[in-house]
This record gives sequence, C-alpha cells and structure tokens, in this order.
Amino acid sequence: MSVPALAVRQLCKSFGGLPATDNVSLEVAPGERRLVIGPNGAGKTTLFNLISGDLRADAGSVRLFGEEMVKLRPDQRAHRGLARTYQIITLFPRDSLVRNVMLSVLGLSPRRWHAWRPLPGSGELRDKALAALARVGLEPLAERAVSELSYGEKRRAEIAMALAQNPRVLLLDEPLAGLSVEERKVVQSLLEAIPRDMTIVMIEHDTDAALAFAERITVLHYGNVIVEGTRAEVVAHPRTREVYLGA
Amino acid sequence: MKRAVLAAAGVAALALLPCALGNEYYVNLSSQVLIAAIFAMSLNILVGYGGLVSLGHAAYLGVGAYATAWVALRFGLGPFASGAVALGVTTLMAAAYGVLALRASGLGFLMITLALGQILWGLAYRWVSVTGGDNGLSGLVRPRPFGIDLTDARPFYYFTLVVFVAAFALIALFVRSPFGASLQGARDQPRRMTALGFHVWMIRWIAFVVSGFWGAVAGVLYVYYNNFISPHALSLTQSAEVLLMVIAGGPATLLGPLVGAALVVLVKDVASAYVERWTLLLGVIFVAIVLFLPDGLVPGVRRLWVDRIARRAP
Repeated sequence: MSVPALAVRQLCKSFGGLPATDNVSLEVAPGERRLVIGPNGAGKTTLFNLISGDLRADAGSVRLFGEEMVKLRPDQRAHRGLARTYQIITLFPRDSLVRNVMLSVLGLSPRRWHAWRPLPGSGELRDKALAALARVGLEPLAERAVSELSYGEKRRAEIAMALAQNPRVLLLDEPLAGLSVEERKVVQSLLEAIPRDMTIVMIEHDTDAALAFAERITVLHYGNVIVEGTRAEVVAHPRTREVYLGA
Repeated sequence: MKRAVLAAAGVAALALLPCALGNEYYVNLSSQVLIAAIFAMSLNILVGYGGLVSLGHAAYLGVGAYATAWVALRFGLGPFASGAVALGVTTLMAAAYGVLALRASGLGFLMITLALGQILWGLAYRWVSVTGGDNGLSGLVRPRPFGIDLTDARPFYYFTLVVFVAAFALIALFVRSPFGASLQGARDQPRRMTALGFHVWMIRWIAFVVSGFWGAVAGVLYVYYNNFISPHALSLTQSAEVLLMVIAGGPATLLGPLVGAALVVLVKDVASAYVERWTLLLGVIFVAIVLFLPDGLVPGVRRLWVDRIARRAP
C-alpha cells in the first residue's frame, strides 16, 4: 500500500482532564474522500484542530504523506500542503473578496515578507486568486467587499481560500452547514469537481449529500473512533445505531 | 495619480509653513509637531496596523535620545555618527523587548510594554553616572548636514521635514506592502492567518522592531531639537500621550498620527499659555473624540464628509 496522505496515530488531547480526543487513529489514502461524523461533542472539530495544528496534541502522531507534523506550527503545516476551512466563517470582512483570496495565495509565497513595495493589484497573485474564485463560481463578485456577501457566498469564499493554496490534503469543517438546498447543490458539485490529486477529509452531519460524497466514513463518539468503513458498513454497524439512536 | 498630487501638495504646504507662520516660536512648534508625528506614526504600526496596544513606546524615543546624547558627549562622536549608533542600539533593544512583550497579546502585551518602559524610566533616574539622573544630559550640538547650520528654528524645521517625509513615505509603503497586508491580517484573524501559512509571531515581531526603529528616529530628532534629554522622555506620560495621539487621530490611517500629534502638541502649547488647567482641556477634547468620532479624527471626518456628499446627491 502506498503512503497514506494523512495518518493519525494514537492522538490524544484533554481539556482539564476531560479527554476530547482519546487515542484516535485513522488513515486516509491519497485522493480519498473521507467523511467524519459523530454526535455533537464527539470531538470532530478538536480532531481537525489537532491535525491542522491549531491545538497542540498531548500525545500521538500526525503524518502528512509520511512526514511527521505533530510538533510543527500551523503555518508550517500549511507550507507542507495542508489547508482547512473553518466552521465559523473567518474572512476579512472589510477587504474585497479577491483580496481575501490573494492573502491566501500570499501565505505560501515567499513574497509575503516583502515590505518595501506595494502589494500588487494585478499579476500572478491576483490571477491565482481569480482562478480559485472561478472554481467556486464567485469570480463575478471578486471586487465585492466580503461584508456584502450572503452567508452561502461566504462559505464558498472559505473554500476558495483553501483551494487557492492547492493543498495536498484539504480539511473541510462543515462546508454545507447553514446552506439552503440550492446552495448545497452548488457547493456539492464544486466539491465533486475537485481533482483527485487532492485528498479531502470532511466533517459533516450525516446528510445524504455528505454520505454520498465520501468513500469511507469515520464515526467519532466521545473522542473515540467507534466505527470506520464504507457507507454500507457504517450504516449497518450496530454501534452507529447505538450512538445515533441511543438504542 | 490623485494621491501623488495630494501628497505633493501636502509636502509643499509643509515646506511653505515657516514663511506663513513667520514667528520663530511657531516654526519651532511645527518642528515639535513633526517630531511627535514621526513618534506617533511609529506607534501606529503596532497599535493601528498590528492591533497591539503598547503603553511603553516612550522607551524607543527615550533610549534613542539618551543613546545619541551619551555617545556624543562621552565619546565625542559627531552628531550623525551618534544618531546612527543610537538608531542601531535602540533597534536592537526593540528586538529584545519584542521577544519579551510578544509572549502575550491584548492586555498582557500592554502590561509587559508598560513594565519594560518603566524599567527604563527608573534606570534613567537612578543610573546617574550615565544618564545624569534628574539633571539629564545637556550640551549637545546640532548636526551640520552638508555644512548647513541647524541652530536656528527654520533650518532645523526643514531638516525635520525631510526626515518626516522620508518616514511617512517608507511607512506608507510598509503598510501597503504584502508584509503590511499580513500584519493587518494577523491583527484581524490571527488564527486564520496561521492556517494560511503566515508566521504570525514573526510578523508581529518584525513590526515591533520596525516600530521601535522609527520611534528611535523620533528620539534622535527630539534630542537635537531640545539639545537636552531628561527622564521625562521615558515617562509613562510620554507613552500615554503618544498613544492618545494615535487613537485621537485615527489608528491604522496614514494621516491620523500627524493629526493627533498636531492636536496634542498645539493644545498643550497654545492652550497652556491661556488656561492653567490645559490637561483638563485636552481630556475634554479626547472625551469628545471618543464620543463623537470613536474611530478617530481622520476616519471620522472622512465619514462625515462622505455622508454629506451622499446626502447632497439626490
């Protein structure tokens, strides 16, 4: 088997003695679409924060294509090909949409340290940003201030910022949350259009859209992986029913 | 284009100012405003663009000034060499202070900068063999760039103006650069910026050092303006005053610190001639600004202006 795109081993994190992530291990193959589900408080977002480095793990290992990352800062992880979106929208509201995405492109460019010339309003940075906006269908709104966008557009802008970095592994934290049925379809099809050289791990609720998107599903409960497998396997598993139906 | 014309007009106005004022006293006052403006612009990098409120910025003005005076008086170095040494020393100090202060942000950052500033103030008072204690250091001679005598008010004003224009242009470039965009991003969404690959701590530290450098530039001008330096330059009052200049003028704007500096220096100087309790007047003005133009004079007036135009157009 080839080296997994993302390998998490025995990852632990406690908050004041309460384990939020308890010995979690999972492996995601290159190009795979993985869905992580679980009831509220199952530790899904904590797991993402540990993978991205927003939180420091107490113990365990996080490897990206075989490279150990658990001691790296989030920005160092980003430079190694990891990108994420946030459940709560964290854009720069006063700036234009294209400038938001340009900042994302700049994050991986050595030019981010340049302090003696103005941030170019055109050129390669902007072209890359516009290309990312085109992928999520927001190119016509590029000059709009983020504060003027609708909620659904902001969600897509979040995804554009992640895509603009062309990551090897993309973590999506509830990309469909709070969207209308039509908007869901838009986001779903844009996620499906992402080429297979990008590996995607997605946190979502157990909606049909999310279940259809993923090849494999991991179910978290109280910080533990309780079930992992294909959709059919997970749905049929008695533990899944127990967690979701309390039976 | 339009901006370039406005900038040229601004520089021309500042260059013609001494002719319009005539009186030497007001020319000196204008020099004070420009020096205070450089000082406020340096703090604005941290407070406005970096979102890091420092209450110890007098450290850089004071150390820049003390180092200039000490090197010149002790080793007999020329005014320019002393100034250059002072800039180097103060910038190095900012590099070390940045490491300490940036262990925290928000209130923690404010308290650490305050404490570091107070240490220096204490040193200036107590380390008499170096600082002259309460008496300060005096007997400096102003520099003579290209043989021009800066003893009089006007030549010194023009000297200050040249430095001010250079500082303004370089700081303007700095905040509009990719680095400036990163700094403002780190102010608004530090977590997001980190996830995007920006080293937020390093960005803030560099901004801290750059801010300290420009503070030192103001300090060198300050000591040559007064030809004297005393612990007052390092006092908490000095730090608070420059912070008020930034907040009153408008943080994260280029013109705000200049407007704030002009306000504070003029009220202090002009009003104190007529009103005994001029600090009270300054206080009232600040309260009014905070109440009616909470984002500062420059953004506030700009907003009122835009509203007016919008109301006129049907």
